[in-house]
Amino acid sequence: MSDLTLGPGHLSASPLTLRWRRFLEHRIAVLSGLVLLALVVVCFSAPLVEAWMGVDANRVNLLNRFAPPSAEHPLGTDDLGRDFLLRLLYGGQVSLIVGLAAALASAVIGTLIGVLAGYYGGWLDAALMRLTDGVIALPLLPFLIILAAIDLGKLPFVPEAWATGQDANLYRIVVIVSLFGWTTVARLVRGTALSVRQRDYVRAATALGAGNARIILVHILPNVASPIVVATTLSIGQIILLESVLSFLGLGIQPPTPSWGNILTNAQELIWNAPTLAIYPGLLIFITVIAFNFLGDGLQDALDPRSIAKR
Amino acid sequence: MGRFLVIRLTQGMLVLAAMSFLIYALIGLMPGDPIDEMIAANPHLTSADAEALRQRYGLDLPITERYGNWAASALAGDLGYSRVHSVPVLEVLAPRLVNTLILVGSSVVLAVLLAIPIGVYAATHPYTRTDTAVNLMCFAGISIPPFWLALMLIILFAVILGWFPAGGMLTVGDGGLADRLSHMVLPVATLTLVTVGDYTRHVRAAVQEQIRQDYVRTARAKGLSQAAVVWRHTLRNALIPVVTVVALGFGNIFSGALITETMFAYLGTGKLIYDSILGNDFNTAMVALLFVTLMVLVGNFLADTLYVALDPRISFASRSA
Repeated sequence: MSDLTLGPGHLSASPLTLRWRRFLEHRIAVLSGLVLLALVVVCFSAPLVEAWMGVDANRVNLLNRFAPPSAEHPLGTDDLGRDFLLRLLYGGQVSLIVGLAAALASAVIGTLIGVLAGYYGGWLDAALMRLTDGVIALPLLPFLIILAAIDLGKLPFVPEAWATGQDANLYRIVVIVSLFGWTTVARLVRGTALSVRQRDYVRAATALGAGNARIILVHILPNVASPIVVATTLSIGQIILLESVLSFLGLGIQPPTPSWGNILTNAQELIWNAPTLAIYPGLLIFITVIAFNFLGDGLQDALDPRSIAKR
Repeated sequence: MGRFLVIRLTQGMLVLAAMSFLIYALIGLMPGDPIDEMIAANPHLTSADAEALRQRYGLDLPITERYGNWAASALAGDLGYSRVHSVPVLEVLAPRLVNTLILVGSSVVLAVLLAIPIGVYAATHPYTRTDTAVNLMCFAGISIPPFWLALMLIILFAVILGWFPAGGMLTVGDGGLADRLSHMVLPVATLTLVTVGDYTRHVRAAVQEQIRQDYVRTARAKGLSQAAVVWRHTLRNALIPVVTVVALGFGNIFSGALITETMFAYLGTGKLIYDSILGNDFNTAMVALLFVTLMVLVGNFLADTLYVALDPRISFASRSA
């Protein structure tokens, strides 16, 4: 019976407050959010840490390889004598940036394709949905490896800077992951667009003279915003995982730029004399990915009232 | 049923043909070409020779024509030679496919055998401590970087405990069944651990979905034991979506085994693809990728067919329309 007696708080609470309260009930998700916040803050304050420690993150010192933790190097040094803590922090920046950028790009591409397919329908819908099926059916990892390995210079329309520039690796990995990552959001948006398009309020809006852009922006996208947020949060973890795999295999972010994946590239040879170098980067990837997954799970519970009703 | 099969097989062939062109085009964009490899091996080749060779082997033709030539000889049964292994590609690929099937097959079977009891237990004891623990383990399994898990298993079981070898297929000079099996333990464990979490979540969700149904209440009302209700009535229906998930994911586990195979120097298809991409063995990469794509398509086809075969409410006619 307690469900039926609403306290005074419920009467005044806005939907946003209710969602926030539901989110706070998911304790692991809240914890994950705090962990992620801390990781972001710590990783992006790496230049400050570097200045404060008075150590250059890229300085190679072959006389001080595999140094144990000390006051100067809190986590010791790596196989080239660089400070391992700073490597981890800068690597975290790269991994987090790739994850966030590729997830956002995937969400944007997916939303565009989903709206085109679901709102305009017809042959466009059929073609785009076959394309989506096709992309989902690709063996993901081998294709990512090929796309990471191809020589963009062989394509006539790619500017020189994109193929070989300073940050080319970073852009390329964001682009190729986004090429495969948009399908979930596209299906979500298409489904909502298909059903909302038929509703009376949309027909009323059309009768009042609302254009396609207005209907898409005001009626369709708000309806599908929550699932997009959830899917995108969950995809950040998967993308960080993919980036780490590609960088680990030597095809993603290229040294000397560190990422949590490529720090581990040599780890297999190092496990004999420096096991900690193999443990920390992987642990950070693991913690980040699991935190994004729990955060997505919590957001799903908070944003989708039906998932609570099931309990 | 017949119509359904014909339509799905035709679709599958078309997709495979389109994929073969896509793969061919992408491989064409890899750094270098076969003549570059020849130049690297033979310093006496002049650039005029290289040009002549390119013309002779048709490497100067547009991509569509080159693909046409490749497809024609592939259809005639000639898939070309491996540059690195110097034997026909199929001779390199066949044992690799078998190795990967053994690795992936045993991991998937093991993962399913673990996921069913764990998932059923979690679903029938929802929101208990065990359920929460299972949920945590599932998230861990989904989130762990597979190459790092492999690394940790190597550190623990090969370096520290010395129970199992760190990699390879067999010990030179031994190679008996026990030796081969001990080399399989860590790769199979890695692949099982990264798969079982996902499966368990699906089993749990499917059983929870079923356990609310009226027929379960009926079964309980007529006095059946909890075990009979769960294992005989609920599970049979709950497994339908699980079978679909396993079949749909098969292709991706098959290609995702690349990481595990590379970590443990296990001579499978994924390692072959990775090595041939890095070693500019274009023919091998092309054919191996095509076979992996075929695996994905077979998995999808099986998922569709099994779904219809297991669920009498869905007919082949409605699926093929």
